[in-house]
Amino acid sequence: MSDTGKTHGLHFGLIGLLALAYFVLPAYHSGNLASVMVIAIYAMGYNLLFGYTGLLSLGHALFFSAGLYGLGLTMHLADWTPLPAFAAGLIAALVVSAVIGFLILRTTGVAFMIVTLMFAQAGYLTILYFGKYTRGDEGFALQQASRQIAGYDLSDPGVRYFCALVLFSVTLLGLAYMIRAPFGRTLVAIRENEERARMLGYNVTAIKLKAVIVSGVVSGASGATYALLFGYAGATFATVQYSIFPLLWVLVGGAGTTVGPFVGALFMFYLIDYASGKTEAYLLVVGVTLVLVTLFLPHGIVGTIRTRFLRWLP
Amino acid sequence: MEFGPHLLLASLEGATTAAVLALTAMGLSIVFGVMRVVNVAHGEFYMVGAVLAWFIATSVGAHPALGFIAALLIAPLLVGLLAAGVDRLILRHINYDPERTIVATIGTLYILQQTTLMTFGPDARPVEPPFNTRIALPWFEWGENGFEVYFPWGLSTTSYKLFVIAAAVVILITLWLAITRTKAGLVMRATQQDSDMAQAFGIPVKTVYSVVFGLGAGLAAIGAVLVVPIQQAYYLMGHDPLLLSFIVVIIGGLGSLPGTIIAAILIGMADGIISVFFTPTLAKIFATLVVAMVLVFRPKGLLGKSTS
Repeated sequence: MSDTGKTHGLHFGLIGLLALAYFVLPAYHSGNLASVMVIAIYAMGYNLLFGYTGLLSLGHALFFSAGLYGLGLTMHLADWTPLPAFAAGLIAALVVSAVIGFLILRTTGVAFMIVTLMFAQAGYLTILYFGKYTRGDEGFALQQASRQIAGYDLSDPGVRYFCALVLFSVTLLGLAYMIRAPFGRTLVAIRENEERARMLGYNVTAIKLKAVIVSGVVSGASGATYALLFGYAGATFATVQYSIFPLLWVLVGGAGTTVGPFVGALFMFYLIDYASGKTEAYLLVVGVTLVLVTLFLPHGIVGTIRTRFLRWLP
Repeated sequence: MEFGPHLLLASLEGATTAAVLALTAMGLSIVFGVMRVVNVAHGEFYMVGAVLAWFIATSVGAHPALGFIAALLIAPLLVGLLAAGVDRLILRHINYDPERTIVATIGTLYILQQTTLMTFGPDARPVEPPFNTRIALPWFEWGENGFEVYFPWGLSTTSYKLFVIAAAVVILITLWLAITRTKAGLVMRATQQDSDMAQAFGIPVKTVYSVVFGLGAGLAAIGAVLVVPIQQAYYLMGHDPLLLSFIVVIIGGLGSLPGTIIAAILIGMADGIISVFFTPTLAKIFATLVVAMVLVFRPKGLLGKSTS
């Protein structure tokens, strides 16, 4: 089988397995899996910028919460229906990532990380400042009655699971296609050698800006999906911690691989879930994992499988 | 209180903030200057310093001054050793790669913070200041009876806050002399300028890195021990010093030590004054955006030398 065939097999196999899992797994685990698929969308958006373009952002929570509040506030304050509100979430993420992308791409390296961190911090504080509308850290719940699309109740576990699966599949296949297309190839060229890509005649800054915007919109889509399916929006999602989570998921799963973000998100979700049952200080596992991965597993789980065994892995 | 005395009070609060900030940011700046890495766990070394100060001060138990002096001597030393251990166990093995160091120190941040939560607990705990006399400050005005000096109600500071400022000045001068006048300082500067050449001349660069990383964390810990009688020791207290130190180091020009001091005074005073007159959230939003914009449009910092 050709590598393209294997890649399609892997992606459709994963989607099929996830669809099957709903009927096999107990309700508790299929509920967890729905969350994992939503956060995996976030991780995949992050991976496009970090894994494929080589830009390490510490401020993606800003894009995630742009989507979260874009949908949440229009539904909560303006009584929009889910579909236009979802579009509002995407547009919010698009605008924020375009403006922020334009500014942050003037910096490189360590300065890039710090500037993204600072903008995300300013975004978080802005959400707190407008606490009258956003309810700050406490957040607000979206009414179950308003979370309906064409008669389907999105708070129903089955509907929620398959809604998450559809969006997850669209993101996975869409990004996999984009990475194989010339645009994705150029991103990898920039990651590997920016000067050479520029010398070959590519407008590196414009391409990187596109990558920031796509990454930001996908992250925002994840935020909007989260608010829609789980009916809650709060400022916690805009904190530094939620900028570090996608980095963690992608590092653990494997940066620059298509299924790595999902694997990392799944692994960390269950690890944190397990640890939080044991101790109040469950974030300790986040720290230990980050250090161990940087020291011993620089390619992540899927990346290591690729270098050791399966060279064709996308 | 009228505007004038109010401003004086705000400036005094700002000067205390600036003194502690100068020490903390200097630690971050030295580490960046010599090792070219950003230590995201810097705020947590500060926090560990404060928590250790509480442990030492409570276990000494005698006169508060005795406990405080013990804390001031021991806590920074322990934090320095801890940081040198982190350098040896983690940073050395990833070869001080800038991006991987950031990820690894984020991991260290969570490890230190959560371990403190497990051992010290989620409560904020105070350390008694060694001395704390209230000092009322005079203010003057041209009134109906001509020039008058009087003591407005509420315009006062404490002897301890003045001590913090003095202590910070003494420590920073000592540090400056150590860097410019001693052999150890010379070795450090040589490593900063060209680590390969320093290695070629027989300087144990890796040991220098461990010492510098420990020194940086130790400076943060000194700042924390000084601040802990004013604020309280708390497992999440490392967040604000980290962000402020970042801001100071960036504004001052990455790796420039005099720039760091000037920026610390500027930011500390501004922080004190702004938070007296404006809501803290708005002030923080404004400050954060200004710093981000400085980095975007003047990546070398306001006082950094532009090499391009």
